[in-house]
Parts: sequence; structure tokens; C-alpha cells
Amino acid sequence: MTVTDEPAAVVVGPAVGDPAAVTRAQVEDFLYAEAELLDAWDLDTWITLYTDDCHYVVPCNDTPDGDPSRDLVLIDDNALRLRSRIERLGSRKAHREYPHSTTSHQVTNVRLRPVEGSGPGAELPVVAEFTVWRFRGERSTTYVGRYQYRLRVVDGRLRIASKRATLAMGSLRQVHDVAIIL
Amino acid sequence: MTATFDPTRQLAPSGPLVDEDREHHRFRVHRSTMTSPEIHALEMERVFARSWLYVGHESEIRDPGDYVRRPVGGKQIFMVRNKRGEVRVFHNTCTHRGAMVCRKDQGNAKVFQCFYHAWSFDTDGRLVGVPDRDAYGDGLDFGALGLRPVARTESYRGFVFLSYDPGIVDLVEYLAGATEYLDLVVDATGDAEIIRGTNEYAIEANWKLLAENSIDGYHAVPTHDTYFKYLVALGTDLSGGVAGTAKSLGNGHAVLEYSAPWGRPVAKWEPLFGEDSRDEIGRLRADLVAKHGEERARRMCDTNRNMLIYPNLVINDIMAITVRTFMPTSADRMEVTAWEMAPRDELPQLRQRRLDSFLTFLGPGGFATPDDIEALESCQQGFHSGGLEWNDISRGMAREPLANDEEQMRTFWRQWNEQITGGAR
Ligand code: FES
Ligand SMILES: [Fe+2]
Repeated sequence: MTVTDEPAAVVVGPAVGDPAAVTRAQVEDFLYAEAELLDAWDLDTWITLYTDDCHYVVPCNDTPDGDPSRDLVLIDDNALRLRSRIERLGSRKAHREYPHSTTSHQVTNVRLRPVEGSGPGAELPVVAEFTVWRFRGERSTTYVGRYQYRLRVVDGRLRIASKRATLAMGSLRQVHDVAIIL
Repeated sequence: MTATFDPTRQLAPSGPLVDEDREHHRFRVHRSTMTSPEIHALEMERVFARSWLYVGHESEIRDPGDYVRRPVGGKQIFMVRNKRGEVRVFHNTCTHRGAMVCRKDQGNAKVFQCFYHAWSFDTDGRLVGVPDRDAYGDGLDFGALGLRPVARTESYRGFVFLSYDPGIVDLVEYLAGATEYLDLVVDATGDAEIIRGTNEYAIEANWKLLAENSIDGYHAVPTHDTYFKYLVALGTDLSGGVAGTAKSLGNGHAVLEYSAPWGRPVAKWEPLFGEDSRDEIGRLRADLVAKHGEERARRMCDTNRNMLIYPNLVINDIMAITVRTFMPTSADRMEVTAWEMAPRDELPQLRQRRLDSFLTFLGPGGFATPDDIEALESCQQGFHSGGLEWNDISRGMAREPLANDEEQMRTFWRQWNEQITGGAR
């Protein structure tokens, strides 16, 4: 386990240099580390994978191209709201997730797209498919969809500048809600 | 079909389902109303087939040929704007052998062609194309083979309703006191539209629990603690509280109206909106005062409304405007569909704030709605724990009801009881 008393921000994910030289294996290691942190509900460490100007979006099922500045989406978090979400999920008054579900975040079909920009602002777009299992009480539900990440290199580590989780299911009827982080 | 049904035998062996005792300020509802498959079947016939049900908003089909398809009251229908600009609602089934003629959730079409044998219907439902028509000779009346419109379709200020009961009262009469509140919402919003992005989720609980929850001020503080903490962390001052009243609007409809401690994009500024939007909101407010007078404008700007239009439409005019409808698929499960309404051509900044408000509070990925879902499912499971037969809904019976009392739920239940026990018309 990588979860220690060390300041987590500097230990999670592989050491990398120029974004253009990042390999798929390194990206996979990084995304698996994120999945592991989410499944461990170690959200305080998980948030350190994100940049200060990050963005986490889940569009509505019927508008996969939804633009959060104009259209209704399911989740549209900047770093502040993401921290509020984590604080909420850590509270026993987040009734829908108290006690927490057991989840299994599965990340596959990882594709790296050409790096955009240069210098410290350079971003590596990554596309991957996901399945997130959620088990709570007797019930199991499954979220399926596509992640679109934009990764940056910050202090020699990959960091997430944005993550968009587009659901493949036609509606939320089978999963009821999005009370977990995808 | 209901002739052989004996409510007293199957529903509540001990008497009525809804039991009101005014003298002792006691109002209770039998829990079988939430769990019994027989009552669910009865509701489909006596409630959903005999009420006005929300279909959609006219802004969803602005242009001729625009359509949306969705189940309403458990039946597959679609709503389309015809060439003359009128809204038509049809049963979504081909008159030939039954296939669905509208096969996408939304779009624009001049004709709806059934893929099975390629009969086509125009936006008025007329049968306009039959391949190889000669095969039918000339005796068959093709004019009678148009799509079947639902029994009644009417619209009130952009909100389109249908009824499967041809004998139902007109929509305005049905809406009763709810029109005043719909007017308030619409007049304050101006040119309102349903924006893109639909919340379609489900709750493993009886639909009446959501009818209650949507107008339940009593649960807000304990259930939504994490949401209020979030608002306070952002700088919202909640100390003003949510003082207000609950009101029956007739025919089972009810509303809560209460002061808004938070900002409202129409048109109550708060620091969260940003200094640069202060003037714009001030201008919106002045406009409303000029148009509607000080008193009505004050209500539009400073108060919230949570309204239930019986049986299954909720309009929340709070920090954003929701339009939400829900249908049981069984006694233990409902499907919820929610949209956000906003003024067209709203300033991007205010639109952003409105979107934020909706998705953080009202959306199924937000900081509050998941907890409502949990509460309702918890009740449903509790009903199956046995030992108790009744829910108590007496709060506030001994006084002028407040927004966190339960008079609004009693209104719903009285109407429900009347429909359920009323028998076949
Ligand atoms: S069922 Fe529609 S054309 Fe035959
Ligand atoms: Fe609630």
C-alpha cells in the first residue's frame, strides 16, 4: 500500500518527466492508483492527485456532450466543491453513503492522445473505459462509461487537471444515484 | 374490471386506509397503502388513469415537428408540435399491428414512419402513407386509422398535461389554487425553458413517499445537514431561517411558501453570486417590481415555493426551478424524471449559479437528493419490518399549519383516499 503518513501528494503515481515521454504503462499505473484510493475511501489522499484548478464532471445520461456552463449535468465540481464532497462523504450524515458502499473501480482500454500545449501547462489527454461496481447491503449496482482525463506533470508526478466520466447507461434508473465518486 | 375488487377485504382488514380524527388531532395512513400490490393496481386505474398528468414543457418542442417521447402514467406516449404550432400527444403505437412509431426520445420529424410495414403518420397523426395501398381494395377507411391521441391534452402556461379520462374536468379547474403559484413562477421567469440534461433516476420506494418528501419541510434540517454545512462554508447566511406556511390548494395540490435565506437567481442577490452580478440582479428585481408591483415582486424574489400538483408533479421554485415527475413501476419502486427550468437568454453567470444550485442540492449526484433517496428507501424497508400498521401525519393539526408541519401531506392523502375509495365512476 502506498498510503502512509508521508505527504501523499508526492508519493502517489510514477515519477515522470516531459509529458510527451510518458508511457501508457505509467498512465495505467497512475489510474490504477487512483482507483485503489477511491476503493479504499482514502479520499484525502485521492484529492492530492488533482491540480488546484481541477474539474470533475459527470454529464447527464441523455446529454453525453453536456456543457456544464450551459446544460444541466450530474456533477460539476471544481477543487473547492470536490473538497466539500469529500468532507460530506466523510460525514456520518451523508446518509446515502453511511456506511460506505464497497466499490471496485475498474479501468481498462487506456489510450493516450497527443500532448497538447507545452511547458508546465502541457496536457496529456487520456481516454479510458470504466466499470464501477457498488455494493451496499444486499444490492449491487454497476456504473459503466468512459473517462476522459487531462493529465499534467506537476513536480515530476502525473496530476489530474480534469476528469469527465460519461456514463454509458441510458439513465440512472438501475443505479439510483451518483452518491459515490466515479 | 374493478367490479370484483373488494377494498375492505384486501386492503385494510381493520377499516379505512386513511384515518382522520380531528378531535384528537390525529391523522394516520395505513402502511399497506405503501406496500400492497393490490393498492398499486388500484392506483393505476383510479389515480393515474383519472388525473391530469404532466407530460412535458412546451419549450421542449419549440418548432413544428419537434417531439419528445416518454412514458406518462405508465403508458408510452409522445408529444409533438404539429404544422400549425399546436401540441399533440399520441399513444405511441401503430394502428396497423402495434409497433411504436416514435422510436427516439426526442427529435424533429415531418412524418413518423413505422418501421415494421412502413405505414406513415404526419404530426397530426393522420395516416399519410401505406405501402401497396391497392392491396386493401377501397372498402377500408384509412381515415379512421390515424394515430390515437390521448383522451385529453391541455397546457397551462407552457406546462403540458394529459389525461386518459375523457370526462375529467378542464385543466384549469383541476389545478385549482395551483394556478396562482404556477403564475408566480412563470411571471418571474419570463420566457422560461427546460434546459438540456435530464435527471432520470429511480427509488426503491412507494411513489407517495416522494410526494410527501417533496413538500416536507420537517425533514430538511436532519436529513440535509451536509448540504446546509456546504452552503454555510460557501458564505451563505442561513440564520434567517425558513419561516413560512403550508397551504392546501385544492384537489390534493399543496404548496410550501417560505423565506429564502439563500440567494435566488430571480432575483435575490447574495455574495456567492459575485459582486459583478449585483447590478444585474438589482435590475431584474426592479423590472419585476415595475411589472408586477412591490408585493408580488417581493414574493417572486424573496420566497421559495415547493409545490405538489396532485398526483405526481413537483415544482420547486427554490435556488433553482425544478420540474419533477415520478411514476410507480410497482408498490415498492418509482421512476423519477427531473428537469431544470430557467429563463431563456439568462446571463451566463446567473445561469451558472442556477445550474450549480440545482446539481448540488437537487440532482442525484448532489449533496442532498441522494439522502432523500436513502430516507425513502429506508421507510420502505421499515414498512416491511412489521409490528406497526400506521404512519402518523398529525403534525400541526392543532394549529395554523407551518411550512414544517404536515397539513400539505394530509391534503394529498385526503384526495388520494377519495379517489381510491370512490370506486368506478
Ligand atoms: S405495425 Fe406499423 S406498419 Fe405494421
Ligand atoms: Fe429532502
